[in-house]
Amino acid sequence: MEILVCVKRVPDPSENEIEVNKDGTDIEGDDLVYSVNEWDNYAVEEAIRIRDKVGGSVTVVSVGDEEAEEVVRREMAMGADKGILLSDDAFEGSDGKGIASILTAQVKKENYDLILTGALADDGAAQVGGMLAAMLDWPFASLVNFIEILDDKKIKVGREIAGGNQEMYEMDLPCVLSIQTGINEPRYVSIRGIRKVASLEIPVHTAGDLGISPESVGEAGANTKCLDYFVPELGDGARILEGSTDEIIDNLIELLKAKGGIK
Amino acid sequence: MGQQVFAYIIHKDGVADDTALELIAAAGKLDTDASVTAVIAGAGSELDSVCNEVASFFDEVWKIDNPALAYVTAEVLRPLLVRILPKHGIVLVPHDHFGMDLAPGLSIKINAAYLPDVVDFEGIDNGKLKAVREEYTGQVSTHVLSDISQGAVITVRPGSFKADERKSGDGLVIDKTAQAIESGLLVGAHRFLEIIEAQVGEVDITKSDILVSVGRGIEDQDNMEMIFELAEAMAGDVSCSRPIVDAKWLEKSRQVGTSGQTVKPKVYMALGISGAFQHVGGLKGSPFVIAINKNPRAPIFQVADVGIVGDILDFIPELTERINELKSA
Amino acid sequence: MEAALISPAKATVFGIPTVIFSLIIPIVGVGIFTYIIALRLKPMVKACPDPRLNRPAHRFFKMIKYAVGQYRHPRYMDAGIIHIIIFAGFVILSLRSITIVMSGLSSSFVLPRMGGISGQIYLVLKDVAETFVLLACLAALYRRIVIKPERYAVPAKYGKEHTREAVLVLLLIIGLVTCDMLFEGSRAAAEIQKGFKTEILVPITGTWLAAHVLTVVPVHTLQNLHLGAYFTHEIIFFFFLCFLPLGKHFHVLTSLPNVFFMKLDKGTVKPVKWGVEDEDLDELESFGVKKFEDFTWKHMLDFYSCADCGRCSDNCPANAVGRPLSPRFISIKCRDYSFNKYPLIGKPANNRSLIGHVLEEDEIWSCTTCGACEQECPLFIEYIDKIIDIRRGMVDEGMVPQSLQKPLRAIEKRGNPYGKMEKKRGDWTKDLPEDFNVKILGKNGTADTLYFVDSVTSYDDRIQEIGRAAARFLDAAGIDFGILGPAERDSGHEVKRFGEEMLFQDLRDRNTDAILNSGAKNIITTDPHTFNALKNDYKGIPPVEHISRTIINAVTWGNIRLKHIENPGKIYTYHDPCYLGRHNNLYDDPRKAIDAIPGIKRIEMEGNCRDRSFCCGGGGLMLFYEPIEEKRMSQVRVEMAKQAGANVMVTACPFCMVNIEDAIKTSGLEGEMEAIDLVELIERHMIID
Repeated sequence: MEILVCVKRVPDPSENEIEVNKDGTDIEGDDLVYSVNEWDNYAVEEAIRIRDKVGGSVTVVSVGDEEAEEVVRREMAMGADKGILLSDDAFEGSDGKGIASILTAQVKKENYDLILTGALADDGAAQVGGMLAAMLDWPFASLVNFIEILDDKKIKVGREIAGGNQEMYEMDLPCVLSIQTGINEPRYVSIRGIRKVASLEIPVHTAGDLGISPESVGEAGANTKCLDYFVPELGDGARILEGSTDEIIDNLIELLKAKGGIK
Repeated sequence: MGQQVFAYIIHKDGVADDTALELIAAAGKLDTDASVTAVIAGAGSELDSVCNEVASFFDEVWKIDNPALAYVTAEVLRPLLVRILPKHGIVLVPHDHFGMDLAPGLSIKINAAYLPDVVDFEGIDNGKLKAVREEYTGQVSTHVLSDISQGAVITVRPGSFKADERKSGDGLVIDKTAQAIESGLLVGAHRFLEIIEAQVGEVDITKSDILVSVGRGIEDQDNMEMIFELAEAMAGDVSCSRPIVDAKWLEKSRQVGTSGQTVKPKVYMALGISGAFQHVGGLKGSPFVIAINKNPRAPIFQVADVGIVGDILDFIPELTERINELKSA
Repeated sequence: MEAALISPAKATVFGIPTVIFSLIIPIVGVGIFTYIIALRLKPMVKACPDPRLNRPAHRFFKMIKYAVGQYRHPRYMDAGIIHIIIFAGFVILSLRSITIVMSGLSSSFVLPRMGGISGQIYLVLKDVAETFVLLACLAALYRRIVIKPERYAVPAKYGKEHTREAVLVLLLIIGLVTCDMLFEGSRAAAEIQKGFKTEILVPITGTWLAAHVLTVVPVHTLQNLHLGAYFTHEIIFFFFLCFLPLGKHFHVLTSLPNVFFMKLDKGTVKPVKWGVEDEDLDELESFGVKKFEDFTWKHMLDFYSCADCGRCSDNCPANAVGRPLSPRFISIKCRDYSFNKYPLIGKPANNRSLIGHVLEEDEIWSCTTCGACEQECPLFIEYIDKIIDIRRGMVDEGMVPQSLQKPLRAIEKRGNPYGKMEKKRGDWTKDLPEDFNVKILGKNGTADTLYFVDSVTSYDDRIQEIGRAAARFLDAAGIDFGILGPAERDSGHEVKRFGEEMLFQDLRDRNTDAILNSGAKNIITTDPHTFNALKNDYKGIPPVEHISRTIINAVTWGNIRLKHIENPGKIYTYHDPCYLGRHNNLYDDPRKAIDAIPGIKRIEMEGNCRDRSFCCGGGGLMLFYEPIEEKRMSQVRVEMAKQAGANVMVTACPFCMVNIEDAIKTSGLEGEMEAIDLVELIERHMIID
């Protein structure tokens, strides 16, 4: 099975303190450290497990500048067979649709049976997978937390839905799935593992290579633009109890009594 | 604006989801003059009862009725919507597990702008909508500008728009089934099989009046005991946020949130829970929320009625002791 | 001279000269034995290299002390004494056994120098030894069958009881000495009956008893008994010889070499592969131990040498709290796997990876590397290096628990496991008084002494207090010091011990540059893990000392003065951190430092102090690991302190502090027990002029 996994390089919230820069044009870039989007990492792990079970190969692709190569390499150290970087100045500032159309161009160049993306990334939009599927006219499922390969034509898929329930589907290949965390336990990538793939060639495809007209993507083609960043106002919010621990607890107990929290 | 606004209504067991009202509120914020059409897919009498319910507060209701839609899936629904939606329409969809499945692809298929997970609208200027979104798990917000003059699909974060009261309307229910399903349903590539229900745990937190809910701030599995002690003192049950389930410290059935249970307690203690919308999304029925968190900027304080900035590990044992003293006195 | 009984060398049975048996039995026995040993050596030949011939005189001394002198045995008094008696008996009786075997071929055989008076003395000695061995074996049988000490038990998940094997061996030994007693006794009885001169019979020995009992037995029966005892001895002897390498009694043969080849440098970790320099590690095909042959030959010898005594596991804190680790069974399981893979007969077991088939992931991550097992093993079997080698293999395969992946990645990106900003690494000093300026060496100052703070002290709210106490102490003691600030990275002590060697080397190299760049001439740490890392894992940096030594020096030279203890109701006890005590032999410095405070009452957790200290649960990355366990190690430890009668636990390690304070809370002992770091204790009692 030929599997393509789309990954994104993001500042991991668990390793960064995300703050807005002075002008409010972006988040504070100094001291940020980047890694692969957490959901994407689960997607790559799942792809590797599928490949190890049924054969085929796993290709990792990322749209981004040359620094995105770092995460492609990391996922190759994890066990992906191939890496591709889709990079062009014209791609910069793409919105979700732009990213999806760049990926679509790559998918159309090759033959893939299954495309995995992370369910969402740093921007929380959860959009690229569904758009990519629509552009390709392939079936799509989001928030996938279970995959079973039935044969080379169909798979069984579970989606995480409300109430902790799981929606089960049978889907024909090729299809696009966006992967939810918890579907597996991603393996560790050691420094040695990364070094072992350090010299592997990662081909870079530009807009020209992909046959994309520069004005259809990037900032030029983006319908949605980010105006500014700000820290949400702490509106009315909660009444914050202050004082010594004892005072706070006295206060709290009175409130609990009033609201029926203590019977 | 002059564009028609549609709201996709999620429903279950013949009752519309809470988000139906929120979408009305969102549409109102988007354009106060817009006439809003509810779009509902389903089958038979259950569908009819939802339509009747929704017609009382929407201007118009479009229904798509087919036995195969008894359980609506995004893949089946999407082409039907493509057929009935007019050009340049604005479609509002709740940003939940269904919306995430349906909406991105829909925006491509109707060639419309896509705005995901919107928490607020700040006006339309010259066909361009200014909306508010959150990034980095809610640590920062952003204003986005999107050209919606050629139509848009917008997913709205559940709970972001508060409907004060039901607009009294007398909407007409229009059957769009024939138009939607003129050439049959798209099945085959994507077949719904079943729902695997979450295992029911020892307690059913959806029925609890008092919930003592614990999050990442508990730090260590061994500290879980103090949560149970507090819950016992308060005669409540213990629930939690997702990280606790991921760590396997509590069973999935105790998880509150969009991927867990929806609860309607009277009192909700959020202990060491940051309050990401996925968690808060599981809180219904406006409980009295008390939040204790180390981080004064934690989003939970937005939702809470009363907040305490501090370490839960310091507060809980003391609080438990005091409540027990009170009860024995 | 006519003999009282016909010796086995001259006797005939049914017309067959018995000398034939005396010849065949040893030839067959030695042949089988040689075959078995050759097979046992086979995996060791394929194993990884392990240079163990350095400092031979030192090694010889250790072998004499620990293997011959059985120095560690009395740590378990009853079993220890029994073992020493049996061992001493074996040494004495080995000569006797050779003599007996040879006497089957030639009745006049005597070992060189064993004629005359020395031979007589030896015979007396061996009669006494045999008797003692017999009694010791009976006592051991009683322990095995009646007392059944808990540490010998085999939990169901590790297989069946090993009691049978132990009892069989005891019976074999009893058989050997009894046969010799009957062999000798029957001859002596015949000699008495015939009025011949008998050899010296030491009263109350087994031989003496046999001789006296048998005087009533007719001579022809004695003759049969004499031959019977001889050949029974012969058969048991060679059976026993061949039986040794089949199980735990292999240690009879391997213990001397195993102790001779012991690991000499505590606190260190073996390189990934001996003979491969750090810069060539990238060339290695595979990392760490994944299959059995990836172990070094010495580690295989360890498996062969395990006597299954259970002392390691009896002292293992992970085992004590119900984690899925019992060091004893690491050895036993690997030994059994080796025996199956290199079988004496039949087809070898399939080549399998160790993890998942012989060992479990959780088992290997459960170890805190506290070293209690290695401290206890009478045969110096190593566990830490093996576990680290196995972890290296697991890290290489990506088998790392999710809970450990985040901190490891954070260390890689940010130099600390919490993922906090590098630039905030020195922020703990901000809470010191305004006029207290801690220099950042290499940036805004120079000093002779570098305080290497490390991650937990830099970033953990509670532990930062230890850092500030240390800063105030160093200042009061007149020591000109500074820190590295943002240039410091995690020392990598646990990173190395969790098997992520390349990440460790990266941290080490960056820290080494920063340390050398700082211009400091010596280094002080408050964290034993940091201390051990800088002392044993780093090379080419200035000398490092733990602050307990600095405190003693400051007190001794009068650089600081300490005031009388305020609260006379406080009873202090010192908890030895593993990496200060067991790994670096620093037991007395912290105790002396505590005792320097006038009026302080300090007691010991008897039986659980110094080299038998009980690990708090482990430091560094261990704080992030979520083991399967029934209770927390730190809770057990706090309970020990309580039992000893203390109400203040003094430790000298930030991780012990984290774990112990946590346990005090979770055990509900707040108000009854408190924990304090040594530096904090000293700092609070400093007289500031």
